[in-house]
Amino acid sequence: MPTTRATAAVAVDRVSKTFRVPTEKVHTLKETALHPFRRRAFNEFVALRDVSFDVAHGEFLGIVGRNGSGKSTLLKCMAGIYRVDSGDIYVDGRLSAFIELGVGFNMDLPARDNVLINGTMLGLTPREARRRYDSVIDFAELREFEQLKIKNYSSGMLVRLAFAVMIHVDAEILLVDEVLAVGDAAFQQKCFDEFYRLRDENRTVILVTHDMSAVERFCDRAVLFEKGDVVREGEPQRVGMDYLELNFGRPEASPVDPGDPARSGDGEAEIVEAWFEDHDGARASMLELGRPCAFAARVRFAAAADHPVFAVSVENAAHDTVFGASTEWQEGGTGHFDAGEEAVFRVRFDNVLAPGRYEATPAVAQRGSGSKLMDRRQRLASIVVSGTHSSGALLELPFDAAVERAGQPAEAES
Amino acid sequence: MSVEVKPPAQQESAPRPRLERGARIPGPVAIGVDARRFFNLTRTLAVTEFKLRFFGSALGYLWQLMRPLMLFGVLYVVFTHVLKFKSDAAFYPVALLSGVVIFTFLSESTGTAVTCLVDRENLVRKVQFPRLVVPLSVTMTAMMNLVLNLGVVLIFLLASGGSVRLSWLELPLLIVVLGLLAAGLSTLLSALYVRYRDIRPVWEVLLQIFFYATPIFYTLDLVNNQTIERLMLANPLAAIIQQFRHAVIDPSHPNLVAAAGGWLYVIPPVAVLTLLVVGGYRYFDREAPLIAEDL
Repeated sequence: MPTTRATAAVAVDRVSKTFRVPTEKVHTLKETALHPFRRRAFNEFVALRDVSFDVAHGEFLGIVGRNGSGKSTLLKCMAGIYRVDSGDIYVDGRLSAFIELGVGFNMDLPARDNVLINGTMLGLTPREARRRYDSVIDFAELREFEQLKIKNYSSGMLVRLAFAVMIHVDAEILLVDEVLAVGDAAFQQKCFDEFYRLRDENRTVILVTHDMSAVERFCDRAVLFEKGDVVREGEPQRVGMDYLELNFGRPEASPVDPGDPARSGDGEAEIVEAWFEDHDGARASMLELGRPCAFAARVRFAAAADHPVFAVSVENAAHDTVFGASTEWQEGGTGHFDAGEEAVFRVRFDNVLAPGRYEATPAVAQRGSGSKLMDRRQRLASIVVSGTHSSGALLELPFDAAVERAGQPAEAES
Repeated sequence: MSVEVKPPAQQESAPRPRLERGARIPGPVAIGVDARRFFNLTRTLAVTEFKLRFFGSALGYLWQLMRPLMLFGVLYVVFTHVLKFKSDAAFYPVALLSGVVIFTFLSESTGTAVTCLVDRENLVRKVQFPRLVVPLSVTMTAMMNLVLNLGVVLIFLLASGGSVRLSWLELPLLIVVLGLLAAGLSTLLSALYVRYRDIRPVWEVLLQIFFYATPIFYTLDLVNNQTIERLMLANPLAAIIQQFRHAVIDPSHPNLVAAAGGWLYVIPPVAVLTLLVVGGYRYFDREAPLIAEDL
């Protein structure tokens, strides 16, 4: 992405940071005086481990990771709030960090004073802050509440005010920590517009967030943190998938447990395992919306079977069955299987499932109208579908939408 | 269903060009390099705090003035009417009031400063700014009050028959020295408090001792013992009050040099003041990088 200068806006070089958390916090002089030589017991917590990366000027970098993975600590180090234990951080340009919106806001003061305080804290001179006040208050759409003490503001209004100040502190490099989920829908759109504007202005932005859709929407590049390490760095979509995988875990082999209540059937066949596959045919715990994918189950036959029926139903988190597939009506049947033989049942489909978690229940039954079950294992495999947009519907079917003018408006009669 | 097959994501590590580096950032600091930002921040915080004091109460500043005046009133009644304490010092009530006002400044500014870093935790942990701003803004707020209260002292003085004199020009200097004393103590105490939470009660007790060990409700000449007088004057607060009474209230109060008995004896209070300012700063500077984590 755009690199306007050959100097990194921010360069993080082998940065480590360890917090020493005393097991008993010695807080008083007396304790120190009584036990001056006692070694204090510390639990060391490694927040950052030899972290290195560069951010080019004009780049929009997303930092993602689970809670406690060290991303906020890193942000605080870059902002100069924490001292790093080892390593260096280099910054080229005016940097502003927004760890929290509205830092220094005082509830007993009206908007104007708070804008001045907050702006000054974030690096404006008081004169600049005064000059930008009007534009801040207009952006926040709070003109009519200007005179109110901000303790009387709703939380949405507060956040709008704070975000407006942040946008008006024109830093070359912005560090932003989880502040996107703010305000009502209209204001949120405004925030997004601002982020697009920052992108277009080639500002450098480092965004720490849990919101993968924001990362995929804005970022040129993303860095994934886990336990103080950078585990992945690269294209946002790819990093986003890894992040979700970290959150929801790798696919686990489903162990066979005969006493399983979620299981029914006569035992003449056994569903050994079931899994989902991504578009590459690799086992996955995460599927992208709109991509081809597959469900698969491995079945072992204890007794010979003629044209058994394989089926699967997929439920969403609300336990609505959203998709079902079966070999029941398949022409020619499924063939003959001997005792001891294994089969893999695979259903390929384009993933139109709305983002969320799904569980699949595979079943094998004897051929025939009675559908005598040989094995059925409830919710044996689960999958998370990720996507950057959601219409709120159960399915995201591909569609074309077209608008055509139905006849020209009549010309003015003359 | 139409199937759109995209090539598998393949951007593990596209080689990025090596970039030059900007300036190395030093981490949290006490003062920082940008003197204007330092001043602006200190002023903004101080003015806000000052405004807030007067918010929400009808009489605003009057309440602020009430505390030293009440203390003064009590002391005055107790000493002159109950104990029949006779002072031949010129303008004794005004001298008493000035002592009370100056002491109130010190006790208020340092008392607030002790916990200021902890009180402003949300700033310290969330924004990068020179850490020394926090205790200094407390001192600055207190100094605004001090100036107003000293105005009242001057009005009292003129009302009791005192006169405007050229030596009033020493007043700004005295206020600055007083500010230095408060600032030195404040930086030291605020940084200590981050580590040791019982600094606060300790300091409250020390302030009580100082109240009696400093010639506030009495004048130095009542001590009648050269050694003790010199010892007492090693306290910078006592030295400032003494000089204030000489320069502002009436020349019959001996000036600092005369009271101490020679220039040589002015060295101790100056040394103590210097030690507090330098030591306070050095300790704060050492602790500054860790304040955000230790809170």
